[in-house]
Amino acid sequence: MKRKSLTLEQKKAWYGVLFASPLIIGMIMLFLLPLIQSFRFSLSSIHIVESGFATEYKGFTNYISLFTSNPDYPRSLTESVAHMLVNVPIIIIFSLFAAVLLNQKFRGRSIARAIFFLPVILASSAIANLDISSFVGGTAMSGGGDGGANLLQSFELKKMLLESGMGPAIVDYITGAVDRIYEIISSSGVQILIFLAGLQSISPSLYEASKIEGATGYEIFWKVTFPMMTPLILTNLVYSIIDSFSSNKINTLISQTAFKTFDFGLSAAMSWVYFIIVAIILFVSTALISRKVFYYD
Amino acid sequence: MRVQAARMGEWLSRKSPQEKAKLWTWIAVRTLLILGFCYIILFPLFLRISVAFRSKVDIYDPTVLWIPRHFTLENLQLAISATKYGSALLNTFLISSTTTIIQLATCALAGYAFARLKFKGSGILFALVIFTIVVPPQTIMIPLYLTYRYFDLFGILKWFTEKGHVNLIDTFWPFLISSGTAMGLKNGLYIFIFRQFFRGVPKELEEASLVDGAGIFKTFYRIILPNALPAIVTVLLFSFVWQWNDSYYVSLFLSKVKVLATQLTDMGPALGKEPDPVYQSMLLNTGVLLMMAPLIVLYLFVQRYFVESVERTGLVG
Repeated sequence: MKRKSLTLEQKKAWYGVLFASPLIIGMIMLFLLPLIQSFRFSLSSIHIVESGFATEYKGFTNYISLFTSNPDYPRSLTESVAHMLVNVPIIIIFSLFAAVLLNQKFRGRSIARAIFFLPVILASSAIANLDISSFVGGTAMSGGGDGGANLLQSFELKKMLLESGMGPAIVDYITGAVDRIYEIISSSGVQILIFLAGLQSISPSLYEASKIEGATGYEIFWKVTFPMMTPLILTNLVYSIIDSFSSNKINTLISQTAFKTFDFGLSAAMSWVYFIIVAIILFVSTALISRKVFYYD
Repeated sequence: MRVQAARMGEWLSRKSPQEKAKLWTWIAVRTLLILGFCYIILFPLFLRISVAFRSKVDIYDPTVLWIPRHFTLENLQLAISATKYGSALLNTFLISSTTTIIQLATCALAGYAFARLKFKGSGILFALVIFTIVVPPQTIMIPLYLTYRYFDLFGILKWFTEKGHVNLIDTFWPFLISSGTAMGLKNGLYIFIFRQFFRGVPKELEEASLVDGAGIFKTFYRIILPNALPAIVTVLLFSFVWQWNDSYYVSLFLSKVKVLATQLTDMGPALGKEPDPVYQSMLLNTGVLLMMAPLIVLYLFVQRYFVESVERTGLVG
């Protein structure tokens, strides 16, 4: 019995298929087929019948009714997208700043890092986020006073910034960010991690060289650290946009349409419109940023 | 005069008070900022803990700020009974731990295949993996639900059961199947992390092991995996925590089986007989605390290891 033996490369390729086989099955069964099916659903109406479900082709009526007769959808769609567009830049700027801070040497650094990553553990669930705001409101009402102090702070800040001659739009943006600081911090845990990992991978020789040339700390940040961080800014941008899916209004609306009113077709149409808009945002923002991205190698 | 000036100059260049002042200002500002951010992160947690032990009288007492005057465990007891904490905790723990371990295995295998065992079409498959990260989970929500509701495994089950499908909703099977096929919660991200890490492992290590007569599989689990500890720790913690906190998939697949995340959303109605809304939100807060408590304990133990390992994960590639 003689079998033609495989070369190492061929053998490796077969092992590769073997290693990836669970993924391949899952990809087909739990991703590609559902994706196609979901698109078909969005073009039809679905009834649950005895032996499963029946679909009836209806063309683009679901999509049309979304924008003509549905009262909630356009509003929550614009709200979610606006929320995302406002928050993502702040999250990225804040997490880069925090990563630079945490990358420096100081006493208690490991404790500070542990605390900064705590939101990764705690705040990723939507319920936890939702509840604390209502609760803090509750204490303020009953005389806790913390909420009141917070309000005052950003009011003062607003006055100060306006007096220094900044445009009102920018001032509103900044003070809004200050008011939502907990939300911002709690959703930037993973981004801080990614930036921190990136900062550590910058070769120290670059810093040494620029120090010898006489660059100040400010210059070093903008001429060395920032360019080296641009690929990660791209990564974090994509991550933050995707992360904002997990808890927003449109998400609950889609689930409710599916499992409260059992309008599967409409819900599928909703999610497809949402997906296409998100894809456009991702595409445009990556195209804009990737022109500025600097790759060291 | 000249000597004095020279001395002065020397003193300035040696001690450089201007530079020092700058440095110290920066240190002060930095400390202030870090303390401020830490305060913002920790404040809600401490508030929750402090509130959880307050009795009803203390809510409306403005002089009670941090330390409850009437210390009580009543809230805790109420929250535990309203969420059926014991069984929910057990279910959550079972789901999180099993999916974590299975996901770890499948994602590591797939990541290794993408990094080192290239085959025809592996590039396209990897692009699809990235695509799964980008597609919002809501888009495939209904078909996914129906897949598990009328589960037929590509029509194979028709040969074994009469109906041709089985109902897997309200069992743990959806979680086991999706993590067993590397399609669970955020698995695309884990595959990406593993691929990036395995690409950074020196090729010579692998070649040496192959030359020494180990098979490809043996090389993987004896040589490559022990070297990938940072990536493993990162994925382990991420997947455990995200599965624990996830309320989307559990509410999709489980309606009768109770886990912590769904119990918390149902807790409001369960407390319906409690008329005071402030007290109700206080109980809800205690429930949230109960849900987070095991994670906090876990984090206290692995935190140091986690922070160190993430930096070396090659998350950055």
